[in-house]
Amino acid sequence: MKNLLKKDGAQSFIASIICIILGLLIGFIVLLFINPSGAAEAIITVIKNFLYYPSGAAKMKYLGSTLVKTAPLLMCSLSILFAYKVGLFNIGASGQYTAGTCVALYCALKLGWHWLPCLIIAVIAGAIMGTIVGILKSKFNVNEVISGIMLNWIMLYLCNMVLTSVKETTSPYTYNLAQTNAKAVLPTLGLDKIFSNNQYVGIAIPISIVFAILVYIVLEKTTLGYELKASGFNKHAAKYAGMNGKRNIVLTLAIAGALSALGAGLFFLTGFEQWQCTTSSVPAMGFNGIAAAFLGGLHPIGAIFSSFFIQHITNGGAYVDKTMYCAQISDLISAIIIYLCGFVLFLKMSMAKIASKKKGGEE
Amino acid sequence: MDAPYAIEMLNITKKFPGIIANDNITLQLKKGEIHALLGENGAGKSTLMSVLFGLYQPEEGIIKKDGKEVKINNPNDANALGIGMVHQHFKLVECFSVLDNIILGVESTKHGILQKEEARKKVLELSKKYGLMVDPDALIGSITVGMQQRTEILKMLYRDNEILIFDEPTAVLTPQEIEELMQIMKNLAKEGKSILFISHKLNEIMEVSDRVTVLRKGKYIGTVTTAETNKEELSKMMVGRDVNFHVEKKEQNLGDVVLKVDHLTCASKSHKGKTAINDVSFEVRRGEIVCIAGIDGNGQTELVRAITGLEHKGEGSIELCGEDITSATIRERSLKGMSHIPEDRHRHGLVLDYSLEYNEVLQRYFEPEFKKGIFLNRPAIREYSDKLIDQYDVRSGQGSITIARSMSGGNQQKAIIAREIDKNPELLVAVQPTRGLDVGAIEYIHKQLVAQRDAGKAVLLVSLELDEVLDVPDRILVLYEGEIVGELDPKKTNENELGLYMSGAKRQEA
Repeated sequence: MKNLLKKDGAQSFIASIICIILGLLIGFIVLLFINPSGAAEAIITVIKNFLYYPSGAAKMKYLGSTLVKTAPLLMCSLSILFAYKVGLFNIGASGQYTAGTCVALYCALKLGWHWLPCLIIAVIAGAIMGTIVGILKSKFNVNEVISGIMLNWIMLYLCNMVLTSVKETTSPYTYNLAQTNAKAVLPTLGLDKIFSNNQYVGIAIPISIVFAILVYIVLEKTTLGYELKASGFNKHAAKYAGMNGKRNIVLTLAIAGALSALGAGLFFLTGFEQWQCTTSSVPAMGFNGIAAAFLGGLHPIGAIFSSFFIQHITNGGAYVDKTMYCAQISDLISAIIIYLCGFVLFLKMSMAKIASKKKGGEE
Repeated sequence: MDAPYAIEMLNITKKFPGIIANDNITLQLKKGEIHALLGENGAGKSTLMSVLFGLYQPEEGIIKKDGKEVKINNPNDANALGIGMVHQHFKLVECFSVLDNIILGVESTKHGILQKEEARKKVLELSKKYGLMVDPDALIGSITVGMQQRTEILKMLYRDNEILIFDEPTAVLTPQEIEELMQIMKNLAKEGKSILFISHKLNEIMEVSDRVTVLRKGKYIGTVTTAETNKEELSKMMVGRDVNFHVEKKEQNLGDVVLKVDHLTCASKSHKGKTAINDVSFEVRRGEIVCIAGIDGNGQTELVRAITGLEHKGEGSIELCGEDITSATIRERSLKGMSHIPEDRHRHGLVLDYSLEYNEVLQRYFEPEFKKGIFLNRPAIREYSDKLIDQYDVRSGQGSITIARSMSGGNQQKAIIAREIDKNPELLVAVQPTRGLDVGAIEYIHKQLVAQRDAGKAVLLVSLELDEVLDVPDRILVLYEGEIVGELDPKKTNENELGLYMSGAKRQEA
């Protein structure tokens, strides 16, 4: 146990588990305050999510739905952790995600493109968004958090404006993708069969996992990752070693932007949801990605599991009994849990301290 | 027992995870004596002083003041017992006057309004009594380092401290200032103050102290009377073996010009609109070590930054092996044969969170030798790093995979030196390469610099340590307020002459 505690990976894992438990506990307490009689049932519902359904087939179907939304979350968390490893905080992930949504849906619904070019152009749009933040940071020393947040809003309203041209006349939503342009729907690869014919389950999920592995390889095994991480750990030493810090900032944010936007493409091109052209808040995906990145111990592989968990909780929140709690309760509970997930690093550091103290005492 | 002890630390043991920082150490400070505490870095001097200041609680051992056992739980207790300390890095408020700094924290007030007149009288009395001349109304930012130090001393005296601790007080001073400080310390002791003098400079200890306590690797080695010992014996006690103070050099074999700095002018980083380097020209040739000497803050940092490419906004040109590199990038300079041992090894020299092996290829990871396509060639990096560790005797817990942060300062520096020298440079720029290192490591690093010189390389050494300035180089250039005020031959000059140049009292006309 003592040796286990000293291992970095084990520390991350335990810290994440503790955060999850704390989050659930505090969520439970909040539920108790609002309405004590239904609290236990409500929190169990949140945890159960798709298991809430009695039949096996329904369970699989709704597990599928959770996975469909996990893919974009995973991409956003990869975007954030990639930038974070280079010492940048990509809070613009949401805006990049919106840009991806905007471009992918426009090309699919208005221009009638095939899904692959739609995805590619979404990636490019996200990369451009990241590049803008990167250039502002490297050339004019504008903090990436400020410019990222500003761009989030600019992109949101731009997206609303652009997608109004592909909006249904009677609702604020964009056209149904499958009905309008069937070839723009991502292929399912037969995965839908496994999940009780959930037509939205498809290629997006394996693609996002492949990208998690790719991000891992780039960061850990390539010269580019070596250079980028060196800049993240100590930009002065990176400069001293002759690395091009400015180029690295732009490159990192461009890659991060591409990852977020790919997430948007992978989600909206399933047709699972349509964009609401009256949306007045930046998509939560980019922010939940922050929590997922930290909960996953800032490790690309860890992010796969943390993204799934966060999406699981978020979906589960939707099943809470609305006669006992107001409609916002699901968001509130998942927000509390996600918030606590952000404490992973803090917990991990405390654990490392305790572990080293113990060691001192025993010797 | 001729005189009662002012403070006694008896059988102090303080453990940290994995290390015993103080192992049964006894230090007895007599009233009115100057007692030197000598030891290499990591010998446990700082820990012992932290115990005395209540920052750490020892596992074993007791502290006695005037023969009575006392408990020191925090620095306030230490102050109450009359223990004061001049830290290596002064703790002064730059934009306050000397007087304000002295009374800071013990201000006397009347109805909430400061009463400075009384304080001023007391400060003037004290400075007269002990020969500590400072203008109480001068701003800290505008007075010399020596005067700042006197302010620190006055701070202790103003608080009626009886036990004064000086932590490496001479590191930042000119030779003349050091001499004055020695005199001040003697005066203080004569007036009955007890002084604990922490240092690893043997000359100063021999000159000023009455007794010396030596620590080595956390252990108590012994206490000797200064008058009955000598430098050689002390260094042997400190290091545990004989140390060669003199740097052995072969006959010089001068070659072509490697570095040529021509009419260089650099803007100052800290003072806008001022120049930090003013029309400086010099050359460094193959087979010589040229030392830039001077007191800290006279333009050394800016000069090095311009030469190594970290920053250059100004005029003039720099040539490396006949090629103009004035506006070359850092990597271009590195590839053209410049190595740089940086002043701040944590800020520039190492990525502390990277493993040792990753740090050893910091400027070379992109070379064909260390990569396969877009991937790092980890086996090759490991092999190279193992070779350097072996060749340069870099010691670390787990060899190549040790995280740089966990290594000792000396070994971190060795890792940098291995990396920089193994690049086989034409020019080696070494900035304070021995700063904060112990005698053994210093000896090793000096040998490496000389080996580079003997191998026909050009070495530019920037140093603040007088011993190093006089011992290592073939030529000395003294930098004062951004100008080269003198070129000296280390064989024909001495500390005094050097000090006069360094403080600006003397200059050669170009």
